[in-house]
Amino acid sequence: MTVLLEVKDVKKNFGGLTAVNNVSFEAHEGEILSIIGPNGAGKSTLFKLIASFLRTTSGEVIYKGERISNLNPHSVARKGVVRTFQETTIFRSMTVRDNVVIAHHLRSRSSLLEFFVGTLSARRDERDFAESADEILKFLGLDPIKDEIASNLPHGHLRALGIAIGLATNPTILLLDEPFAGMNHEETMHAVELVRSVRDRGVTVLLVEHDMSAVMKISDRIIVLNFGEKIAEGSPEEIQNNSKVIEAYLGSEEDAVELQA
Amino acid sequence: MSARGKILGVALFLVVILVVIPILIRVSGRQDFYYTLTSVALLSVGSAGVWLTFYIGRINIGQGAYALAGGYVSAVLVMNYGFNFWITLPLAGIFCTVVSILIGLPILRLRGVYFAMITLVLTEVARLSALALPITSGAKGIVSIPLPAELSVFGLTIIPDFSTLSNPKLTFYYSAAILMVVCYALMYRLVNSRIGHLCRSLQQNEELAASIGVNVPYLRLIAYGISSFFGGLAGAFFVAISQSVYPSTFQVIDSINFMLNCFLGGLGYVFGPMLGTLILYFGWDLLFTTGRFQLLIYSSLLITLMVLLPNGVLSIRLPRGILRGRG
Repeated sequence: MTVLLEVKDVKKNFGGLTAVNNVSFEAHEGEILSIIGPNGAGKSTLFKLIASFLRTTSGEVIYKGERISNLNPHSVARKGVVRTFQETTIFRSMTVRDNVVIAHHLRSRSSLLEFFVGTLSARRDERDFAESADEILKFLGLDPIKDEIASNLPHGHLRALGIAIGLATNPTILLLDEPFAGMNHEETMHAVELVRSVRDRGVTVLLVEHDMSAVMKISDRIIVLNFGEKIAEGSPEEIQNNSKVIEAYLGSEEDAVELQA
Repeated sequence: MSARGKILGVALFLVVILVVIPILIRVSGRQDFYYTLTSVALLSVGSAGVWLTFYIGRINIGQGAYALAGGYVSAVLVMNYGFNFWITLPLAGIFCTVVSILIGLPILRLRGVYFAMITLVLTEVARLSALALPITSGAKGIVSIPLPAELSVFGLTIIPDFSTLSNPKLTFYYSAAILMVVCYALMYRLVNSRIGHLCRSLQQNEELAASIGVNVPYLRLIAYGISSFFGGLAGAFFVAISQSVYPSTFQVIDSINFMLNCFLGGLGYVFGPMLGTLILYFGWDLLFTTGRFQLLIYSSLLITLMVLLPNGVLSIRLPRGILRGRG
């Protein structure tokens, strides 16, 4: 298995608070890797560091042998590491289709000036984007609602749209931030299938998630963070039986005794 | 709206401003309307720039600064260096673009009210600079600027020398109207091209735009640069009509008016600022007869309009959506 992304001793301080403390791990090509942990464990911060939305205090993120930490978000996206967002981060007043079409921006071969003038290559780009957008919409089952204004969509569709936006950028690694939050069981299972099919398209998926049953079902490997530190890494079975993880989520027996006393 | 409808609408508009209005003015003998309408055309060019900054999600109350700068650049080049006015017109725009990029680099990172406040200060900075710099000759301003000279390409006269004309007002009106049409045509193309879509993506969510690979700071600079270019054009032309420029030619109130024009016309429509400028400019003049109640009535009307039509005058649904579809 080739290592695609390498997180090396990454640390992030916010003032006196250490949100992420010397976390290291590797992501392999074609896997679904989940990052879990209690609230405030630093999962989303870690995502922002990988996608260069935040600057690291120390350590670095290596993608295909190249450092991508502390660049601009758009340059990291350009390299193929694309982050989608929690909840309703979409272009709200555009139609579903326009959301996906605009997200093809990275694939454009023409300059902005060419788009302004409307040269042949710009028109070809527009046509390609439209075709590809339609294909993605169909793939994610958003086809019937493609002309809706995005802010009118129900929750489950918003998630799918978020993934569609991510896919449109043609990523190598897709960072999904809580893709199942706020979904009921049925919606979650549907979304799990979506994420799997995204992986089957050859995209490596990293996800931050709270929904344990979904995580256990979907992940090839899991990394557990607690108070900014990595406390465990392994397959879903290994993680389920890891005493440190259980402690982080449920508290240790000593704590329980103290509480009783 | 169909392509045919659009062409028809544009043709109708061109006929009205280039044929019907001059005829009406000639018939009614109200020559002063030329000056008024020329001003409207020029101010609407400046407003178009402000509208573009709205389009990337920034409230711009600083267009007066660029209009003033553009005016001075043109005046100084004509007076001190003997440039032809028509050459100074694009130079004024380019000067403003360069300045706006230098200013925009730090301030475009700000959002919402913070950006608005800084731009509000810009107009005052421009006024004070005009007072202080030696080249602008301070409070005296630059006066008796000659009328625009001939514009010719390869010996072919496109616009004759204004001082030889019997009615320079009419020529001013025509050239300003054509400038306005060209600027709005460019804006329309810009907004409906990918650049416009990307600007909308910035307006709605800059973080997401960055994550789909949009170079957000770069695009913001482009939009602000174009915006200021329009401001400079409008200012330079305005100075040419009034043949003078003072530090008070464009003030904070003008910057605010540029912004109000956009609000009033509608932020979702390319042609919003044009209509907004027309209504605001004439609205103020028409209320002149009400004397000391002018400001009170004017501002009450504005507030009412904004409450009733938060998306601008163009959001009124016309029977066949003549204006809507163009936005």
